[in-house]
Amino acid sequence: MRDLVKRFPVRGGLLRRELAAIRAVDGVSLDVAEGETLALVGESGSGKSTTARLVLRLLAPTSGSVRFGGEDVLAAGRGDLRRLRRSMGVVFQDPYASLDPRMTVGAIVAEPLAVHRVGGAGAAGRRARREQALDRLALVGLAPEHGDRYPHEFSGGQRQRIAIARALALEPRLVVLDEPVSALDSSIQAQVLHLLADLRERMGLSYLLIAHDLAVVRQAADRIAVMYLGRLVETAPAEALYRRPRHPYTVALLSAVPLPDPAHERSRAPTVLAGEPPNPVSPPAGCPFHPRCPRAQERCSVERPPLAPLEDGHLAACHFPHE
Amino acid sequence: MSSGAPPLLEVHDLRVRFDVEDGVVRALDGVSFSVEAGETLALVGESGAGKTVAGLSLLGLVPPPGRIDGGRILLRGRDLVPLDERRLRRVRGAAIAMVFQDPLAALNPVLTIGDQIGEALRLHLGLSRPERRARAAALLTEVGIGGGARRLRDYPHQLSGGERQRAMIAMALSCRPALLVADEPTSALDPTVQAAVIELMQRLQRELGTGILLISHDLGAVARMADRVAVVYAGRIVEEGPAEAVFARPRHPYTWGLLDSAPRLDAPRGRRLPAIPGSPPSLRAVPAGCPFHPRCRSRRPVCEASRPELRPVGPAQRAACVLDADEAAVERRAPAAEPAR
Repeated sequence: MRDLVKRFPVRGGLLRRELAAIRAVDGVSLDVAEGETLALVGESGSGKSTTARLVLRLLAPTSGSVRFGGEDVLAAGRGDLRRLRRSMGVVFQDPYASLDPRMTVGAIVAEPLAVHRVGGAGAAGRRARREQALDRLALVGLAPEHGDRYPHEFSGGQRQRIAIARALALEPRLVVLDEPVSALDSSIQAQVLHLLADLRERMGLSYLLIAHDLAVVRQAADRIAVMYLGRLVETAPAEALYRRPRHPYTVALLSAVPLPDPAHERSRAPTVLAGEPPNPVSPPAGCPFHPRCPRAQERCSVERPPLAPLEDGHLAACHFPHE
Repeated sequence: MSSGAPPLLEVHDLRVRFDVEDGVVRALDGVSFSVEAGETLALVGESGAGKTVAGLSLLGLVPPPGRIDGGRILLRGRDLVPLDERRLRRVRGAAIAMVFQDPLAALNPVLTIGDQIGEALRLHLGLSRPERRARAAALLTEVGIGGGARRLRDYPHQLSGGERQRAMIAMALSCRPALLVADEPTSALDPTVQAAVIELMQRLQRELGTGILLISHDLGAVARMADRVAVVYAGRIVEEGPAEAVFARPRHPYTWGLLDSAPRLDAPRGRRLPAIPGSPPSLRAVPAGCPFHPRCRSRRPVCEASRPELRPVGPAQRAACVLDADEAAVERRAPAAEPAR
């Protein structure tokens, strides 16, 4: 991804004129390497889900480019786009909303195969697709007889397995995981995270993981990109980010997450950020984080810090990353 | 805490059932707990365990076809279970208030924030209109919604997610209730907003001496807020005790399963978390014997036959498990078998 920008117009008045624009994604450049899990982290309104939709070309960016295996996704014609889409899968947050309740699980997993006419026409094609769908169900730990049942017969964790099987139906190289475990019960989250890690290894997948839970991200990601108000404020290898976060927003985000340890929680005062994320229609001048930043100085309110390299693949958009 | 005076809230052997077409769902199957003034008790568990029903039953709000079919709910010694709707309404809001996970569902979208807070003040405290306005404005300031009186004219959709949760807390605390039931109060909020809302509830608790019944699946939030913890599984409490003891020395395999399988910020990366196998049971078909036994890595033959009762396992700590302290320590350290694939 290079310099991705997505503006959503805010319209109003009698003539529905464009009054302003929300820069939901504002100049985001990122790479996902082969076999890597890159996590995009941020709070609601940070632009992380919009970024994922731009990558999948479910939304068209206002400007910028997305390349997949060297090919320009945004310039691709219909035929090329179909081919590129086969290489990308997606798993959404809510396994209750993302599976069609009137289709059997087998048909749900086979649907992408049918759309792409895998196996050809006629009965032979249907049989081949059904075989492949059952194979995908086995991959996620479900039995062949599960293929004849309907989504409501499954628990949340099993439904997310079905959604993963569907995402893998076409043997993608990249899977976008949009909050894949946040709707699941805590005792189920670890199961699904394990499954995703196993599948990545066995199938050589790359993941773009969209998540707000920093503990989940720590478990799953190789590299992490933190977004605030549509911009990247820090990117780093996972270990480095948790060991030494450089952007004050990342510091606050990490400090806000309580540990399941009452003794520890009682002995510390979490950093409570002043205010709430500002309105994305009129982001603050200079560094967008400066009104809430404990490090902010004069310079931060006028000059926007670029995302600059610090060391070992660690980048931060802060004028004072060493404090 | 004066000895002799009844505790703020005492729940004895509470049973709630839902008679549905194809059977009976025992959402709460004999649950007992208490909350003292100024104290926070957390009910911890997964969705469908019955913890939300526990909160609703305190306010007489169990939705039909659910009903309380046994037990007592003593608020300062007075049983709420036999009260009719009119008497319950006087308790609700004034003595017990509730904060929900989703403020948009709990706030009325066509009334302003000021009207909604004012309604509670009129009903329970009988304040005049100007008194209500002044009090409501002060409450908004108290919960950290900037702009004071001007914001009373806002509708719920004009507030941010964090502000709505703050407004609901303001409403809940408007009549200075003795007990606050907070059902997943921060689960829908972003992490930095979550921290601020927890901080707010704790400050108000300190200032007003409110007892809090926190209902949550988020072990981090529970660790930050709770004095005592009760772990709910399949409609029953399986372990309870002081938060520090339960988190440090859990004695029920479900409790340590939850603790050990939760991703945490300070854990070494790349280590496989020991997941609890299977899913929580449906309350229509709770397994016989110990309800957790089909998912338990430490089960003994006896666990399939008889249901263990809660028994003392440490100072003020109780667990419904047959394992003794040494067995529990060994079982928790035992490497989890790789799940069959």
